[in-house]
Amino acid sequence: MGKNGLHSVLPLLLTAFFFMASGPKAPAHTPAGIKAGVTAQHSGHNEEEKLQPGKIIIDHVVDHYSWHITTIGETEISIPLPVILYSKERGFFFFWSSRFDHGHSSYKGFKIAQKGAQKGSIVEVTDQGEVKEDRPLDFSITKTVAAVFVSLALLLGIFITVARQYKKRTRKPPKGLQSLVEPLILFVRDEIARPSIGEKNYERYTPFLLSVFFFILLNNLLGLIPIFPAGANTTGNISVTMALALFTFIITQVSGKKHYWREIFNPPAVPWWLKIPLPLVPLIEFVGIFTKPFVLMIRLFANISAGHIVALGFFMLIFIFGDMNPMAGYGISVLSLLFTVFLTLLELLVAFIQAYVFTILSALYFGMALGEVE
Amino acid sequence: MELIRPDFGLLFWMLISFGIVLLILRRFAWGPILNALKTRERTIQERLDVARKAKKELAEIEFGNERIIALAKTERANMLKEAQQTKKQIIEEARQEARQEANKIMEDTNRKIEARKKEAEKEIRDQIAGLSVDIAEKVLKEKLSDDQKQKDYIRNLVNEITIN
Repeated sequence: MGKNGLHSVLPLLLTAFFFMASGPKAPAHTPAGIKAGVTAQHSGHNEEEKLQPGKIIIDHVVDHYSWHITTIGETEISIPLPVILYSKERGFFFFWSSRFDHGHSSYKGFKIAQKGAQKGSIVEVTDQGEVKEDRPLDFSITKTVAAVFVSLALLLGIFITVARQYKKRTRKPPKGLQSLVEPLILFVRDEIARPSIGEKNYERYTPFLLSVFFFILLNNLLGLIPIFPAGANTTGNISVTMALALFTFIITQVSGKKHYWREIFNPPAVPWWLKIPLPLVPLIEFVGIFTKPFVLMIRLFANISAGHIVALGFFMLIFIFGDMNPMAGYGISVLSLLFTVFLTLLELLVAFIQAYVFTILSALYFGMALGEVE
Repeated sequence: MELIRPDFGLLFWMLISFGIVLLILRRFAWGPILNALKTRERTIQERLDVARKAKKELAEIEFGNERIIALAKTERANMLKEAQQTKKQIIEEARQEARQEANKIMEDTNRKIEARKKEAEKEIRDQIAGLSVDIAEKVLKEKLSDDQKQKDYIRNLVNEITIN
């Protein structure tokens, strides 16, 4: 169900992708299959208490200004994260996200929008309490940013340790952590980079492909662990996948040789009338430059998000049934738990597959740009 | 924050942090790791090559041994043959020498016999001459009456002696 909802929204993503620089203007769309509630999860206690599974699920998947760990009774345990804002009129602001009191109050003329197009983001408010049209530039270390930092630190820690082992144990068989990652390193090098890019150039691109592969894999796996500091949905966040796709995009264009550009603007195997009065094929090829990384961005984001949404959906069944009748909730929990376990195992597989797919497609685009491999 | 709305701040941090990590990993992790893997692969390849070469050399050495053995065998056969020949030759020579020696001895003996014979003949002749004189004396002493008879008798005697 979550997947269908996302599919109906895909055309709109294109708009979002291109209008990024001027700030997100596209209206907020909620996947059709998931009805967003009017009340936020955190501000729900004094308004209607009706269970809103879709709202809760989306709330778990999207980014936040603070890192919510758990709620015990009425007290929320969450880690405040730094908010960094730049207002065109008032300059830079630094403060902890705890100032917002989980979105209940505004601070220094900023608040977290509870509804409308900017819902969930920090907006600037006037003295009269009206939301200003322009959003401040938001450099806040959100939950996802923090999770990305954690995973990057982990990535650095793991691979610098492994590199040290390699230096120490040259000409010796791998051991410990080394033997855990070596098959994957060899897989990326010999099965992804070498055949896709070509014998001549693959060594130049292998470091990037390895970094991307292990970053995605690590984040996919961390996303499956529900305990802090893992559990943030990083690779299921469109900004994160967009950044990764941008790296691939830029490297591809920079690597592009004469052959690559000719294939785009003057493809040789195409009849002339498809090029001369109206450059139909070159136009399609040109759009293709952008759709390739765009699809990379969407595929990773959609797969990981959908997995989380469906897993949470199965889990939510307990509370949906429990809302009707506590016994039904207990009854369904067994089934629901089995489904969730099954889905988590499936997600484990998807974690590897998506890391592989992103990496091999990036490698293929580099190979195409270099024109060494047909 | 929305599900499908890219967020500027997040994108900003992601690009910067991932970019930095990319550079650090390339310099301090992937570089050494990939180099080490390459070195190891090259080492393995070299070792394999060396092993293959050693095997080949060993085979060659074994082949050489066989050749040497074969050579030695033919050598031995040749030597045996030669020895056989030498033996035969020596025997032949010895035989010939012996024969020659024997011949020489025989000849010597014959010559000596001849010389003795001659000596004996001479001696006999001398004795005959002496005996003849004695006989003549006796004849002269005893019966010198009939001349004819005496002459015949002497002749008979001499003939007898000569034959003897």
